[in-house]
Amino acid sequence: MAVGHAEGPGQNLLLTRLEDVISWARSNSLWPLTFGTSCCAIEMMMASGASHHDLARFGAEVTRPSPRQADLLIVAGTIVKRMAQPLRTLYEQMPEPRYVIATGACVISGGPFIYHSYSSLRGVDDVIPVDVYVPGCPPRPEGLFYGILTLQRMIRERAGLKHPEERRAPVTAALPEGITKQEIQAEMLELFEAQGRRNVHEEYRRTVSDPGAKGAYPGRGERG
Amino acid sequence: MKKAVRGHAPDADALKERDQDLLQLLQSLLGDEIQSHRHGMDMLELVIRPESASSVSRLLRDSEGLEFDYLMDQTAVDWLGRREIRFEVVYHFYSTKHNRYLRCLAPVPESRPEVSSLYELYKAADWYEREIHEMYGIRFAGHHDMRKLLMYDGFKGYPLRKDYSMKGRQPLIGPGSRQES
Ligand code: SF4
Repeated sequence: MAVGHAEGPGQNLLLTRLEDVISWARSNSLWPLTFGTSCCAIEMMMASGASHHDLARFGAEVTRPSPRQADLLIVAGTIVKRMAQPLRTLYEQMPEPRYVIATGACVISGGPFIYHSYSSLRGVDDVIPVDVYVPGCPPRPEGLFYGILTLQRMIRERAGLKHPEERRAPVTAALPEGITKQEIQAEMLELFEAQGRRNVHEEYRRTVSDPGAKGAYPGRGERG
Repeated sequence: MKKAVRGHAPDADALKERDQDLLQLLQSLLGDEIQSHRHGMDMLELVIRPESASSVSRLLRDSEGLEFDYLMDQTAVDWLGRREIRFEVVYHFYSTKHNRYLRCLAPVPESRPEVSSLYELYKAADWYEREIHEMYGIRFAGHHDMRKLLMYDGFKGYPLRKDYSMKGRQPLIGPGSRQES
């Protein structure tokens, strides 16, 4: 009898609904493990700790300092290569199912450290799989909320849960016609290096001798 | 003594006047250890020899009238292509008793990058020296533990040397690392 039922539509219906209920419950009680290493972490604390923004509305306010009690890893802040191993270890220690939100330019791509940095990781997805990317430098708390809501929707749709290998690739915005990614990179590099050649010491010295000078070290003369 | 205006570099003459008795005391105590001196823009600077860094610091710390009991900072400079002696280790001392500052510079040649360690005198020197060692490749004789401080163990080279390749990328080592980063 039971076997007959398992093949019938009634049994399937029950099974599906149970999964729905579990995902619904799971999506509304995310327990984040906060991994804040620099400036983005301040914004994350703002979102999760400060009453003004009230993360409790979305059921994710119980931030945990232990990976064993958490199912959502919020990576906020620059990850240096030395930190990559502890981060991976923490991820491994979290019980399944586990999700990862990467907030900020640093964890998405390396951010300000994308060129010529000997120490920082260019994107945390080199080390752990990421479910939701929240762009910004840093993203506002609302941005993090949007990321959490997106993750909740993903959980309810069971994306990434039943097929953990099939994570969606990050979407990049379309480039304007006739412009290649290499051109943009080359231009940014040029701008960046022009900045690097500015001689701040000279400018500072000029300001000390002539506080009113144009284009001098900013603010120094006016403040006095 | 003229009062230094906030936000501007202090008057050079005033500084010279302020540090005059300190310099005399140092010259009488250290003698030949001082290779040269200079009135810097904020404090007195002494150039010393790298191998006598710890003996000079011991005198600076323990002599009456000096009592430089606080090692504020210790770092290094790479003068690649600008000076004959490539590296320079910089010490900043402060005396809490006399409210006085002093900077010591120890030029270190590239052929033998070694300085005597201040670890036994100032515990603060422990991590400063480890950092200088991994960033500039300057060894500290007498330091108890020269492991890397900020980078991971497999890291090659000295990133703050001016000839460290700006575009150099090193493989990421450890569990789960997918590619070079
Ligand atoms: S993305 Fe910007 S704000 Fe966030 S950690 Fe990096 S530098 Fe700081």
